[in-house]
Amino acid sequence: MILEDIGHEALSFVGGVGDLALFGIRVLGSIPATRGLFRRALRAVHEVGIRCLPVVAIVGLFTGIVLGLEGYHTLARLGSESVLGSLVLLSLVRELGPVLAALMIIGQSGSALAAELGIQRNSEQIDALGTMGINALGFLAAPRLIASIFVYPILTLAFNASGIIGGAISGCLVMGLDPGVYRTSAEGALGSGDLAECLVKSAVFGVLTVAICMHQGYTAHLRVGVSGARSVSLSTTRAVVLACVTVLAADALITSAFL
Amino acid sequence: MKSSSRPLLKVSGLRKAFGDHVVLARIDLSVPRGTIVSVLGRSGAGKSVFLKCLAGLIVPDAGQILLDGRSSGTSGGQRTPSGPRASFLFQGNALLDSLTAFENVALPLAQTTSLSPDEIVSRAEGALDRLGLGAFGRHYPSQLSGGMQKRVALARALVTEPEIVLFDEPTAGLDPLSRNAVFELIVRLRQDLGFTAVIVTHDVVEALEASDRVALLDQGHIRFEGDPESFMASRDPMVSDLRDSAGALARHVAGITGVTPLAGRFLT
Repeated sequence: MILEDIGHEALSFVGGVGDLALFGIRVLGSIPATRGLFRRALRAVHEVGIRCLPVVAIVGLFTGIVLGLEGYHTLARLGSESVLGSLVLLSLVRELGPVLAALMIIGQSGSALAAELGIQRNSEQIDALGTMGINALGFLAAPRLIASIFVYPILTLAFNASGIIGGAISGCLVMGLDPGVYRTSAEGALGSGDLAECLVKSAVFGVLTVAICMHQGYTAHLRVGVSGARSVSLSTTRAVVLACVTVLAADALITSAFL
Repeated sequence: MKSSSRPLLKVSGLRKAFGDHVVLARIDLSVPRGTIVSVLGRSGAGKSVFLKCLAGLIVPDAGQILLDGRSSGTSGGQRTPSGPRASFLFQGNALLDSLTAFENVALPLAQTTSLSPDEIVSRAEGALDRLGLGAFGRHYPSQLSGGMQKRVALARALVTEPEIVLFDEPTAGLDPLSRNAVFELIVRLRQDLGFTAVIVTHDVVEALEASDRVALLDQGHIRFEGDPESFMASRDPMVSDLRDSAGALARHVAGITGVTPLAGRFLT
């Protein structure tokens, strides 16, 4: 019985991954025939950027403050508080920035994306595009997928910048570290590979999570046994959970690839 | 009255089941070019499923749909896109709520034609003006009343100058006077633009007045097909029931028929 359940879940997981991959391929395939794609992608960058920037900046700031406090106390035990800037910067750029920014964007924008597409599906807006001869994936999904490649790295950089400021606030203003020491330590810490890892991670997280959220919303009507608002609510919840888990799993893979 | 002998749309042996539930058992229907054909039936009779099969939104299990002699889907075949020659007016309007009324109307032109931006603007504004919505182009659907949303949806359906327009319950959710106005609008626009129409509706009175032909869908089959006069004369018990209910409605609801005779009210 347990084996049967495990097998069923495994098949369901593989089927879900396959569905998502096919969805992604169909979105990519729709790009050449879609008109006004880049204008709509720019609009999506603007919308997601504006919507997420405040929360990303605030979370980045507090993350930096905590990093500064915890890092200072830990480093002080070793007499190495002068490298606090490096610690904060590398922690943010290599790991916390891409992951936490992605999680914030999922919460702020990914859930909205899944819900929006789910409602558009339920209210027949997606069907209406089909009857007009418009590829709904090209019109609704492709611009957002393209936007994700740019908007996640941009917001991750904003998160990192806020975090560095947060680290300076706690390290220098609260704990009394010399600002010049903090800045010098930070300036020398970052290699080109670190920034590349940060940008690659954030772009990959963007594509994966936006695809997951769109797929969940787009297929809201296919949920067995539920319909209407309930199907949208389930799709939104599932989109957020799957996207968050995917970010952490992808982070582990990309980090191991860069090390 | 506007009928021609050659059907623009011909449906043969259309079948659709969802699991064990057979919604459309075998549908055969011809829609002559330039006519308005209304499909009547009780709730759950499969009217909307039938229309969505015509539009390509639902893939039929069997049967053939010919648009001007060209197959737009075969049994168990692929999705049957209605294409630029057909438009679909959804029961809930299905306007894109993130776009303004003007953007909704201009959308099919911008995405599926090679018209210049100026021409697209001109046509979309013209379509809105024709439906009395010229001043509301910058409004979002949520800022418009149900009747106005219906007219925006109608403008969007007609802006591409389709040969055939499929109407799914065009008066659903509207008050009696608005229902009356919508049917009158459809008839007037048909006269102006010359499209063919298939209307799925519950509104027997309006359907009889506005249509050139009427089909009654029951238990997966077309139970009756003919002109409104034949419908009025039919002895079929179900036709009779519908006719009686329509007569009762006409007698009791002000503004629908008034003192005007049932036949031809929209067509004078």
